[in-house]
Amino acid sequence: MALDITGRKLFVKALKEEGVDTIFLYPGGMITDITDELYKAEGINLVLGRHEQALVHEAEGYARATGKTAVVLVTSGPGATNTITGIADAYYDSIPMIIFTGQVPLHLIGNDAFQEVDIVGMTRSITKYGVTVRDRKDLGKIIKMGFQIAGSGKPGPVLIDIPKDIQTIAGDPEYPTHVDIRGYHPNETVHIGQLKKAYKLIKNAKKPLVLAGGGVRIAKAEDKLLEFAEKMQLPVTTTLMGKGVMPEDHPLFVGNCGMHGRFASNKALTECDVLFSVGTRFNDRITGDLEKFAPNAQIIHVDIASASISRNVAVDVPITADAYSALERLAEYAEGKDNGVWLDRIKGWEKEHPLAMPKNKMEICPQEVCQAISKIFPEANIVTDVGQHQMWASQFIKLNKGQEFITSGGLGTMGFGFPAAIGAAIGNPKKPVVLITGDGGFQMNMQEMAIAAGMGLPIIICIFNNTNLGMVRQMQTLFYGKRYSVTDLKASDGKFYPDFIRWAQAYDIQARRIDNPDMVEEALMDAKKDLKGPVLLEFLISPDDLVLPMVKGGTALSDMIIK
Amino acid sequence: MKNRWIALYVENQVGVLAKVSGLFSAKSYNLQTLTVGTTEREDVSRMTISVMADDVTFEQIKKQLNAMVEVIKVIDLTTIPIHMKELFYAKVYDLNEAGKTEVFQIAQVFDQGGNVTVADVGPDSALLQCMLTERRNNELITLLKSRFKKIQVVRGGAVAIESISTSCR
Ligand SMILES: Cc1ncc(C[n+]2csc(CCOP(=O)(O)OP(=O)(O)O)c2C)c(N)n1
Repeated sequence: MALDITGRKLFVKALKEEGVDTIFLYPGGMITDITDELYKAEGINLVLGRHEQALVHEAEGYARATGKTAVVLVTSGPGATNTITGIADAYYDSIPMIIFTGQVPLHLIGNDAFQEVDIVGMTRSITKYGVTVRDRKDLGKIIKMGFQIAGSGKPGPVLIDIPKDIQTIAGDPEYPTHVDIRGYHPNETVHIGQLKKAYKLIKNAKKPLVLAGGGVRIAKAEDKLLEFAEKMQLPVTTTLMGKGVMPEDHPLFVGNCGMHGRFASNKALTECDVLFSVGTRFNDRITGDLEKFAPNAQIIHVDIASASISRNVAVDVPITADAYSALERLAEYAEGKDNGVWLDRIKGWEKEHPLAMPKNKMEICPQEVCQAISKIFPEANIVTDVGQHQMWASQFIKLNKGQEFITSGGLGTMGFGFPAAIGAAIGNPKKPVVLITGDGGFQMNMQEMAIAAGMGLPIIICIFNNTNLGMVRQMQTLFYGKRYSVTDLKASDGKFYPDFIRWAQAYDIQARRIDNPDMVEEALMDAKKDLKGPVLLEFLISPDDLVLPMVKGGTALSDMIIK
Repeated sequence: MKNRWIALYVENQVGVLAKVSGLFSAKSYNLQTLTVGTTEREDVSRMTISVMADDVTFEQIKKQLNAMVEVIKVIDLTTIPIHMKELFYAKVYDLNEAGKTEVFQIAQVFDQGGNVTVADVGPDSALLQCMLTERRNNELITLLKSRFKKIQVVRGGAVAIESISTSCR
């Protein structure tokens, strides 16, 4: 029998055996034993953030850039509660992650002890699994379960709460290689009968359409999707989270759909006769008014989570499977098909209303900045915050293979972008990251500049500064009689704070303000040249620019506001 | 909307009841009753749950429950033969002799082999102990309410188990 070891030692051993190379962490009283153990450990990069919410977003960016399960470690009480927004974000965007929280010693739980909170209870509805370790002998098993659950099936965050005494008690030194979890069986098979039924529908359709979501990326099924679509000549539209799963310069790619999707995509969704959707949960931002969503279509829905199927949209052919196994089969079945008339019709819509690009302006046009970014950084990972700039990025950035588009889709969390960009850069240090963010959202986690600058991370921070909370202002412009209630971020004297350039200088990083449309490309090229650390570019844009087309929340996709 | 029944096998652990009941409140599902107790295995509990739901919502509830790591098995009791009983107590107050006699008579009428009894009597009150189906219990309570001015009811929630299937009999 091997000698017993402390919980803290087993914790580090477990992470090493899982191949964890990075922990996003912030210390505190209830994890000092673990951080002390990590001090001695080699080969694990400890990223000390500046706020626990940001840590979780950093972990999300890391997971998206690497495909690995990210690890966060925070102390009890306020350290734990600060992670909640990040956990919810990871939950709704299916990001694999384990959040370890310190907890007061077992005998103090329930006493309202100093920095005691019921973090497992608080996060129950936004974690895939959450548990407090109540017995040292279960520690290894629970950590193993955490990794198994977070990364498999529909991925998501797992929270493991470790009381202080569990960290110091000696016990079993073994870390299991596998745990049988009797209540957890992620789907690994495909129902062939259903697939054949689906194939037949698509084969016989006159106006077939593929709707691809983030599940295709998670399952790494992009190539199979392409093969299937090409063989059968199927037009493809993507959700926000699915952006990039189809090469965006491909003739079969129609564009993003949904609230700010392309005219042609939303028209195609409305008129298609067979809709093959894969890896999407039919979020309301995608469907608009459910009664009028794809009204003429028979709908096939492939999703790894059976609970996503027939929840929002009634489905004719449900298929519980991961996107890869389903698309692989379908690509095998696929035979040539002529959809020429339908494809031409879609092209006609695109011609009728291409994405609006306001021209002949003296001011910088945000859409053009996105296009320039796309052109000058064809290999960078693109990260956005939440707001108008996010939607312009989703419309005007054309992704190439190998480029990730990292954005907060399900929760729409302002403050996500900058830390996620940091995490993506840490996960993939060779790949530059372009962050597209707003003046509002950037201020929600700008304290993380300390680590971006300190680690010299290659991030080009593009702030689209319209001195307003643009996305909300747009709703006020369109639906609230231009009553701009609490969306102007300028002070009463008309000044905007902070001066981002001087602020960046405080971190010894390059920063530049661009107010001339002719300087946009040059500024981006300059930033790209021998990129050694973060660079901040502030693009001054008008608060009156709108994201179009727009489907008003709750109305039909076909009712687009175009101008 | 229909009343439906599910049985769940769950891990017998801290927080599992909160997780299951939390689903119903978080998603605005209309939970009617929930009972829970241990099984022949001490690490497994079984819940009997009844909800008011339409077909689509009910399917969704089953899937959501199935997706929980702590839920080992979901059994839809709506369409299979089951045995189901609910224990409840009713105290009837302010009784004169005639009233008491009536309580005894009611017990007799509803009783099937000892599952409705008068468990206790006082000078002007009586305690009924009943173990009937939920529907029969409802009827009994309605009757008591119409006949007596003051009653106190404590219901236990239904407990159900699948019938012994004909093939095993
Ligand atoms: C944490 C959080 N709070 C509030 C909102 C609501 N909201 C959505 S977009 C937006 C405005 C964003 O403004 P900014 O960051 O300047 O970007 P812009 O829309 O101007 O591009 C707000 C307030 C949100 N999504 N997240």
